[in-house]
Amino acid sequence: MSQTAIRVENLTKRFRLGTRKERYVTLRDSLMQAVTTPFRRVAAAWNGHANDELPNEIWALRDVSFEVKRGDVVGIIGRNGAGKSTLLKVLARITEPTTGRVCLKGRVGSLLEVGTGFHPELTGRENIYLNGAILGMRRQEINRKFDEMVAFAELEKFLDTPVKHYSSGMYMRLAFAVAAHLESEILLVDEVLAVGDAAFQKKCLGKMDDVARQGRTVLFVSHNMGAIMELCPTAIILDQGRLISRGTARQATQEYLASIVRQESTNLRYAQRRSGDGRLRFVAAYLRNETGGRTALPVSGHPIDIVLEFETQEELAQVQFMLTIFNHIGIAVTHCNMDAEGKRFRLAHGRGQVICRIPKLPLPQGQYKIAVLAEDHINQLDWVPTACVFDVESSVFFATAFMPSIEYSTALVEHSWDLVKEPKNN
Amino acid sequence: MINRKSAQVKVLNSVIQNPPDSDFDLVIEPSRGWVSLRLQEIWEFRELLYFLIWRDIKVRYKQTALGAAWAILQPVFTMVVFSLFFGRLAKIPSDGLPYPIFAYAALVPWNFFANGLVGAAESLVGNANLIKKVYFPRLIVPISAVLSGAVDFLLAFIVLIGMMAYFHVWPTIHLILLPAFFLLAFITSLGVGFWLSAMNVRYRDVRHTVSFLIQAWLFCTPIAYPSSLLPEPWRSLYGLNPMAGVVEGFRWALLGAPAPGAILWVSGLAAVLVFVIGAFYFRRMEKIFADTV
Repeated sequence: MSQTAIRVENLTKRFRLGTRKERYVTLRDSLMQAVTTPFRRVAAAWNGHANDELPNEIWALRDVSFEVKRGDVVGIIGRNGAGKSTLLKVLARITEPTTGRVCLKGRVGSLLEVGTGFHPELTGRENIYLNGAILGMRRQEINRKFDEMVAFAELEKFLDTPVKHYSSGMYMRLAFAVAAHLESEILLVDEVLAVGDAAFQKKCLGKMDDVARQGRTVLFVSHNMGAIMELCPTAIILDQGRLISRGTARQATQEYLASIVRQESTNLRYAQRRSGDGRLRFVAAYLRNETGGRTALPVSGHPIDIVLEFETQEELAQVQFMLTIFNHIGIAVTHCNMDAEGKRFRLAHGRGQVICRIPKLPLPQGQYKIAVLAEDHINQLDWVPTACVFDVESSVFFATAFMPSIEYSTALVEHSWDLVKEPKNN
Repeated sequence: MINRKSAQVKVLNSVIQNPPDSDFDLVIEPSRGWVSLRLQEIWEFRELLYFLIWRDIKVRYKQTALGAAWAILQPVFTMVVFSLFFGRLAKIPSDGLPYPIFAYAALVPWNFFANGLVGAAESLVGNANLIKKVYFPRLIVPISAVLSGAVDFLLAFIVLIGMMAYFHVWPTIHLILLPAFFLLAFITSLGVGFWLSAMNVRYRDVRHTVSFLIQAWLFCTPIAYPSSLLPEPWRSLYGLNPMAGVVEGFRWALLGAPAPGAILWVSGLAAVLVFVIGAFYFRRMEKIFADTV
């Protein structure tokens, strides 16, 4: 009989924005707030607001309830700020819920980050023990699995080198090797696979798959829809702190992606999800086909212009633009960067437009989104993770209009075949 | 037939959906007000405590040219300066003991206390990456910060033994009480550390206060001078500064200085109060750590 491993009841978590956004408060701020808060509460009540919901509070989780059976592997998806990480943090007891409760059965291990507590001055060997202890392993347990971890990380030769001399790849390998050997009945995993090179990511996915097959209960947060679909039979969608849907991973990811398209308009002036110092702001991003018309349905193999409209607050020297195209499962297909040409732009104060020209769109049929970023030598100016969403409708990339199956291609590459030497029957 | 089946399903559902809480190992609920210290849990996490102490000790003197010699140099230099200016120049009395050893025997526990306090005050902020990513009893963080100073204490203490041999000062039978005085220094350092570390999470003002606090506290503690300069009952009240008790206790047990008397009891009581209330205050503030630090 399946048992309940995790039961979440009406879980709510409220943050006061001031405490989360600012680095820290000073005593003076706090005293000021203590003096002014009662007045603001009265004013809020007077104006008909609920008196417990001050404007500077946000709800990271709002009345979330669900149950997970022992041995289930559940993906959690949602945009940044939807409450995914907060949910894991509450389950991992890192932060307390505001109301509601959670019941857990079994030892809980959390991997909210790989390499938590790694110290650069300590050697690989020492960090394995330290990190293991931090993740909640006993020393005997670490001793027992030490060789296995080292073999997984492929770092036998560098065990006694301080990790500050490691490359970032080696560092991640070591960190994941420790994390992957954590034995707990319930495992909470947050985005740890978003690191390292492709080969290592694959290895980590394989390891996660092993974990999932061992009958352990796993909650897995990721932006990588491919990983979610591969690892998790079911998934939960969070949006603005609410649980809006639960279903099979395929249903949930599709629903999630559809919801993104609905919510994001091409007018970026009011886009909520962005960061940057605001000296430059993107106001629109769209595609233009070879006839110069705006389109949301480009054709692969044809030239396409990605147009970014922006406004600047001042004159800017040395501005660099870049963009990344993601496919429907969240994989970055390609990245276009002015570094490729070694260019920088000088921008006058006011409105402007840059165009990224792609002579032959290498994308197969499917849904895509573009993330755009502008920065100068001082700072990040503006970053909009979902600036533009489009569908590649038909694929006539190759001369014969041959279309490779979507299962086997995330990008189209021009190629040709030659027979160099004819076989002879001797 | 159908009805019975659906009734059965209903019963089953209610069993599955609402198993009693006792079936679960852990129930997470928002805490209100003062909460238990959960000492049992600290014991369960003793290996982590050990590793954090071990890390602090390992890392402390990495990339320093003199390494662990710093543990000795700090109190020794202070002792030299005190001996020259307070002992020689100002001719401050030293309970009939040679001034250098009089000062040094006080500086050894004082440095343990002061370094522990500084370490503890910064410990939560310094370990923010851990606090935001992993669960463990947070009390472990300041405890490990203070305890990791014990090695420095031992090194400085060895020098103290050498100095006692040099000055032909022999310990008394009260030496057996020395661990108690060390414990007193420990709980004073940790008790104040609980307060400061928890406040530091919210108010970084603390960071700027600590160095000043330690400086002031140094002069309020009978390190450069004996507490016997004060008449009773003021002398006993002096024990409200627990470090006064620690320092007088060390001199009494090790160097055969006059017995401190009531000052010890006042110090012990004050330290325990600061420690226990500090620990509860820390636990009460704990819930904001991960969100604020």
